[in-house]
Amino acid sequence: MKISAFHLMPYRELPADFEQRYESVWVTPPWWELADARRVGQYYNWTLDELTYAAKCGFDGVCTNEHHQNAYGFMPSPNLMGSVLARATAGSDVAIVQMGATLPTSNPPLRVAEEYAMLDCISGGRLVAGLPLGSPMDVNLCYGITPMEHRERYREAFALTLKAWQARELFSWNGRYFQLATVNLWPRPIQEPHPPVWVPGSGSVSTFDFAVERDVCYCFLSYSGARSAKTMMDAYWRVVAEKGRDLNPYRAGFLQLVVVAENDARAEEKFARHVEYFYHKCLHVPGMWFSPPGNQDYRSLVASMANPVRRAENPKNLRYRDFVDKGYVIAGSPATVRDRLKEEVIKGLHVGNLMVLLQIGSMPHEVALENIELFGREVLPALRPVWDDEGWVNHWWPERLRRRAQPSMAAAAGGGA
Amino acid sequence: MSAAVGATSASEVQERTFAVWQERVRIRVLSKGRGPSLVFFHGPWGLTWDPFLDELAQHFTVHAPEHPGTTPDAQDDVYHLDGLWDLVLCYDELMSALGITSAVLVGHSFGGMVACELAAAYPDRARRQALIAPLGFWRDPDRIVNWMMLEPGELRRHIFRDPECDAARQMFLRADGREAEAAAARVRMIWAMGATGKFIWPIPDKGLKKRIHRVGAPTLLVWGREDRLVPPVYSDEFAKRLRDARVQIVGDVGHAPQLEQPATVARVVREFLRQ
Repeated sequence: MKISAFHLMPYRELPADFEQRYESVWVTPPWWELADARRVGQYYNWTLDELTYAAKCGFDGVCTNEHHQNAYGFMPSPNLMGSVLARATAGSDVAIVQMGATLPTSNPPLRVAEEYAMLDCISGGRLVAGLPLGSPMDVNLCYGITPMEHRERYREAFALTLKAWQARELFSWNGRYFQLATVNLWPRPIQEPHPPVWVPGSGSVSTFDFAVERDVCYCFLSYSGARSAKTMMDAYWRVVAEKGRDLNPYRAGFLQLVVVAENDARAEEKFARHVEYFYHKCLHVPGMWFSPPGNQDYRSLVASMANPVRRAENPKNLRYRDFVDKGYVIAGSPATVRDRLKEEVIKGLHVGNLMVLLQIGSMPHEVALENIELFGREVLPALRPVWDDEGWVNHWWPERLRRRAQPSMAAAAGGGA
Repeated sequence: MSAAVGATSASEVQERTFAVWQERVRIRVLSKGRGPSLVFFHGPWGLTWDPFLDELAQHFTVHAPEHPGTTPDAQDDVYHLDGLWDLVLCYDELMSALGITSAVLVGHSFGGMVACELAAAYPDRARRQALIAPLGFWRDPDRIVNWMMLEPGELRRHIFRDPECDAARQMFLRADGREAEAAAARVRMIWAMGATGKFIWPIPDKGLKKRIHRVGAPTLLVWGREDRLVPPVYSDEFAKRLRDARVQIVGDVGHAPQLEQPATVARVVREFLRQ
């Protein structure tokens, strides 16, 4: 297993009546009423400290991603964060997992190819290159990309990025959306032929095909836990089999929210309000915004109207115990968390690259550090060998980090912070 | 260029499908009536043959094309077009296919913008035009609500002054016992918004202000006094730039005056176009 710490960098102090008072956490939340730049500076530094601490606690990778105009998770440039993390983890075996910079919002998308190459150079070949499509809120509503062009732009940008990393000669790119007369990337990534590519998705069949055909790792970024992801991930593995690929669990990534404490009761006492804050406030977005007209192609639109895949229950009606029961959050003692992660997520979904969100919603810095430390100490070591007896190779992990014997960052830091 | 004549659903309405743009974009055209040619460009919610068009067909030969992508079984054709310029060229080709050199143009909302763009690109194609609550401009103090992001109930209240009027009920079918029909209508509307939105996202000002001076056709602007989507103040943007423009504000209607008061609007439009 490869287990990475994921961070959204949410606003941790939204008012108690936020979801009653405001239209959305995304696109339109009023900065001047809700936020404070000095406080946000503190959040960014806490975020970097929490991820650096995760690296010291033995996590295999640290993950950041890109979102815009929101209080849910606002790293408009994940590569700024990634570069700090690459430097802070210098000399370690921790992967810099960018989940990542969004191609359709970068113009030209070559900028992502360049920055990822920089990160790979700075980190000494430790980059995992997440190449996300980006959410409709970010791409269509905040960055003005026409919904009907969103996927086409992504696919063109994806092809351009892969070519720009690998081409041995200068080339011209005469695309539909991007025209570049002379492409000659400086720098190129250390990893050859290119850094491992992960494609995050939310269950659309066309993304399964896209990921499997290109032989990249498909990552399901879910907030509804493994049980509701089961149907979707089963469909993914069917596509893998149909297209003649092996069932290597490292072809799949999954994001899971996790809170750990000494025992189950203590976990509830310690984390319940932060979990509820996340589901009630950080996901407060009008449903229509997830699917602007034209964003889904016609066939997917017809399919989703005829048979809504996820008529998800409204999380605002759920409380902490519901989230835990349903597996949205895996919570409790180290033993509870170990067992549920192993059975429901890792084995249940056949996943080799696990991402865990350990700072959740309003969770304060000190509490987040405790969650990270306990997970790293009591949960992670038991999960790491889950797939070892099957002998799979994680082709979607930086090659020199695949055979990681022990967390060298911890060794370098003298046993953790 | 090719045409296929299809079976007509409503009596007397002729239905033909033309393939333009190197035969890659199929556009179905509903036609009816006799008299001078009139081309009607529909709004963002798809084309339905309605009483307003029926009224016009008593005095004109009305041709109502479906915007690319909104013709049944030709949804993906819209991907062959990159932007508004491509769309305008398609309609120039379509007019040739219809055998029309020039016509009176009528357009609603997005279709009003298309008509005006066509008249600016090909001034000889438009003899007169009637634009009903057309898009095409942007005023910061009077931001146009992005109808594509509204929940169905909100959208309905933004299109119609009276969201319970017959036209509103027809556009927004209730599911009661007709779930499949209502779902199909919803798909059709969402896709029509996506296919038309492709040309105007995220702000429906694509440079008409640079081109509108080329329009030679006398223009009637029809606006609902209670238009909640594109406020009537936008009529100023057209009127001050066009050589020959008249503004007609209609009371007690919203963004779709020709659906809420078809007889009144048809009369106003007809009288203007026949001058």
